[in-house]
Amino acid sequence: VLEQQADILWHRTTDLSGYDAVVLPGGFSYGDYLRCGAIARFSPVMDEVVRFAEAGKPVIGICNGFQVLCESGLLPGVLIRNQSLQFRCEWTHLRREGGATPWANAIPGGAVLHVPISHGEGNYFAEPETLDRLEQEGRVVFRYCDASGTVTAEANPNGSLRNIAGIINQRGNVLGMMPHPERAGEDLVGGVDGNRIWESFIREALTTTA
Amino acid sequence: MRLYAFLMPVDQEALDAVALSRPEYDLLVEQLGREPTEVELGMFGSLWSEHCGYKNSKPLLSLFPTSGERVLTKVGAENAGAIDIGDGLCIVMKVESHNHPSAIEPFQGAATGVGGIVRDIFAMGAYPIAILDSLRFGPPADPTNRYLLEGVVGGIGSYGNCLGIPNVGGEVLFAESYNGNPLVNAMCVGLARTDHLLSARASGAGNPLLLVGADTGRDGIHGASGLASRTDPEARFEEMRPAVQVGNPFMEKLLMEACYELASEHRDWIVGLQDLGAAGLTSSVVECCAKGGSGAILELAKVPRREHGMTPYEVMLSESQERMLVIARREHADDVTELFRRWELHCEEIGQVTDGDEVVILDDGREFARVPVEIATEPPQYRRNGTRPAELAELNAFDPASLPDLQPADATAALLRLLARPNIASKRFVYRQYDQQVLANTIVTPGGDAAVLRIAGTNRGIALKTDCNGRLAYLDPFAGGAIAVAEAARNVVCTGALPVAVTDCLNFGNPEKLDVYYTLEQCIRGIAAACEEFSTPVVSGNVSLYNETGGRPVYPTPVVGMLGLIDDVSRHLRAGFERPGCEVWLLGATLEQPASTLGGSEYLETEHGLVAGLPAVDLSAEHRLHRLVLRANEEGLLESAHDCSDGGLAVTIAESCLLGDHGFRSETGVEGRLDAALFGEAQGRIVVSLAADGFRQGGGSARLQDLARELGVPVVRLGRTTAEGTFEFGPIRASLVELKEAYEAFL
Repeated sequence: VLEQQADILWHRTTDLSGYDAVVLPGGFSYGDYLRCGAIARFSPVMDEVVRFAEAGKPVIGICNGFQVLCESGLLPGVLIRNQSLQFRCEWTHLRREGGATPWANAIPGGAVLHVPISHGEGNYFAEPETLDRLEQEGRVVFRYCDASGTVTAEANPNGSLRNIAGIINQRGNVLGMMPHPERAGEDLVGGVDGNRIWESFIREALTTTA
Repeated sequence: MRLYAFLMPVDQEALDAVALSRPEYDLLVEQLGREPTEVELGMFGSLWSEHCGYKNSKPLLSLFPTSGERVLTKVGAENAGAIDIGDGLCIVMKVESHNHPSAIEPFQGAATGVGGIVRDIFAMGAYPIAILDSLRFGPPADPTNRYLLEGVVGGIGSYGNCLGIPNVGGEVLFAESYNGNPLVNAMCVGLARTDHLLSARASGAGNPLLLVGADTGRDGIHGASGLASRTDPEARFEEMRPAVQVGNPFMEKLLMEACYELASEHRDWIVGLQDLGAAGLTSSVVECCAKGGSGAILELAKVPRREHGMTPYEVMLSESQERMLVIARREHADDVTELFRRWELHCEEIGQVTDGDEVVILDDGREFARVPVEIATEPPQYRRNGTRPAELAELNAFDPASLPDLQPADATAALLRLLARPNIASKRFVYRQYDQQVLANTIVTPGGDAAVLRIAGTNRGIALKTDCNGRLAYLDPFAGGAIAVAEAARNVVCTGALPVAVTDCLNFGNPEKLDVYYTLEQCIRGIAAACEEFSTPVVSGNVSLYNETGGRPVYPTPVVGMLGLIDDVSRHLRAGFERPGCEVWLLGATLEQPASTLGGSEYLETEHGLVAGLPAVDLSAEHRLHRLVLRANEEGLLESAHDCSDGGLAVTIAESCLLGDHGFRSETGVEGRLDAALFGEAQGRIVVSLAADGFRQGGGSARLQDLARELGVPVVRLGRTTAEGTFEFGPIRASLVELKEAYEAFL
């Protein structure tokens, strides 16, 4: 839809040079029989993803990708089982909070995005100190909210602490989020709000190159 | 010569263990010209079981229309049916039961049911793009049924979600008759390039048989002969628990991706591909040989095992999941092995194709079985003369006109009670546990009439629906079978899709009972008649018999899975009223309905505690209705369309209000019997709202009436959608909030 080129890489790949950004997609890595993403973080490619991220290059982890980012230490905290103890697949509203990141700079603060979730372990958990630090450093990028943008307990689909749906690392180049922007890319499938993430990144990339 | 073919004393116990009757055993001895060995007896028991050999149902299944210009496969000959959808693409589909395993262990039983049907689809060389599930339980108020429901839904979700295949639809219905014997039918749909389709055949002497995927363990032994084909399985549930397999969806995901790579990029490396399902290695090897007109020799010592000390009998009958049999071309055996190794999967050569007509089983060089393929794949067939169930005469004679009509003052409360019935209420609590959108091609998600998916890379779409009303099939098996097809087709039509093909799963009781046999035969005849009328051939299916509790069969439940095609998927329709001010029409019938349409209805059971009456279906009128909706949608006249079925007209309109979040106000009075008009379940009815543009030009409803007249379909204007949050129909007055509360109370 957005006419950008992407390659799917084998998990044993150990060279990411030549790529502008890395997307760790959703899915069930190694079946996720243990904690989600706990095995995938040992994939050979992950060492290279960590180096890529530490070099300040943009990385986004969606759903299982977010879980892998937390497990590999690129992002703080952990994703535990949904409060309902059940898998949840439904549309949610996300409010853009603070935080400078190439993945969301084009989305103004307070904007509300309509994007689906689909996970069994998306309940964001971290100790209070970590949560406070994330808030202070403006690293909470998306929070579950209702259609009007109000953050409420009812709008929280999985029990995430402080309704957290997506966070960034300190430099802002690594974003992890549970909702699936790639599933909100066309009106035909229910909405286009997810594209704002990709558009934001593309705009940033073009500016940087220019 | 037969060194280790020790003969065991074949007593009744030994025959019971493999579910063969004494006459069947005698026939086997006669055909073989000798007593079978222990391993052979186990193999024949499985192959001649109802589950694998269809010995009771095959003569009846031949009544189905199975061919058509789009049909690419011969029914029953392959793992699933393939339907040409143009552009060099085809849809591969099948529905299959996993009832007995799910009754014993709901989570794993249902999970491995999904695993099995998905393997059937990728064994054809297709990539699985959708799962649907058709479920039946006893009343959910009973904690046992609730436990089964939660386990089954959890199992389906865990397996399908992990595979990354969207679960796009299905049904969940409840009735007393399913107490202790839930039905778990899973349907899988795949997409393939027509020239990449694979066959489950073994040919070319010397070609290797490669066993791929999971190791073989002792799980699932006698699943086919014991669980699925025995007269009274419930008596042995505890004892049979080890016969339920445990799923490993990640292994299946690797298998699925590897097999698809093999089919789509290296089709020339292999002769055939087959999954290991019921009766494990036994049926997959024997069936591939039957299709390829060849024999095979297997060395069981080469089969990777999960456990030590497994006997040849156990290895041949294990139903360990996530295994595939690849019949490779000898010169590409190494390439195939390398491909699977890259996916970190076992791939072992366990035998070879021979140009004989027997399957020979060796273990460490010693011969344990020598099974003639022809005898193994041609079990005895039973054709019985069924007798009409005795209770039907009285039930059918019941005339709902003898009941007092609904009082207008009680109409609103009756609607709210119906909306809250588990059979009608929202099933969101089920489908929100399923990933519905992975692969990003799901356009209409569960909750509406049928699911709609885009075929990636094209403008085309497909619509999918499973359907069956067991209560109607109980009251009139022929009509019930026909209605299952008619309703599935109607649901597909309501999305703007043309129904093109059917897959079916026939869930019945013990066919050795003549009244059960009668209902089976009549349902099949009903399905066949409807499929003829709609030109929707049956391309694949499955039969699950012996579904009984305490000697009582389940409602006859012939689940129909329907495929529909939409040329331009952007023109699909939804069931909800999404705009205010649109005219709402009832197509296919007048508003006034005779009391007889309450026969078999949800209303009759809810309000009067009765399952009685005589359901009726007019297939020709139904077909004309489908044509009208498709024509009207092609001309852009329609805004929404919703099938009128369970709960009747008032429930249908209320659902459209809730799905689209708009109100409704009727502009016509209700005449005749109030209960029949509001809640009667006459077939062949669809509620549509007209596109606002057509309305503004003043042409929409006139054109609709012209088309209806041309096609001979009665239509009546009911009212208009509103922006207010209220539902006003005849004497019913309710707010959408009240409706929603009732509809979602079951969550």
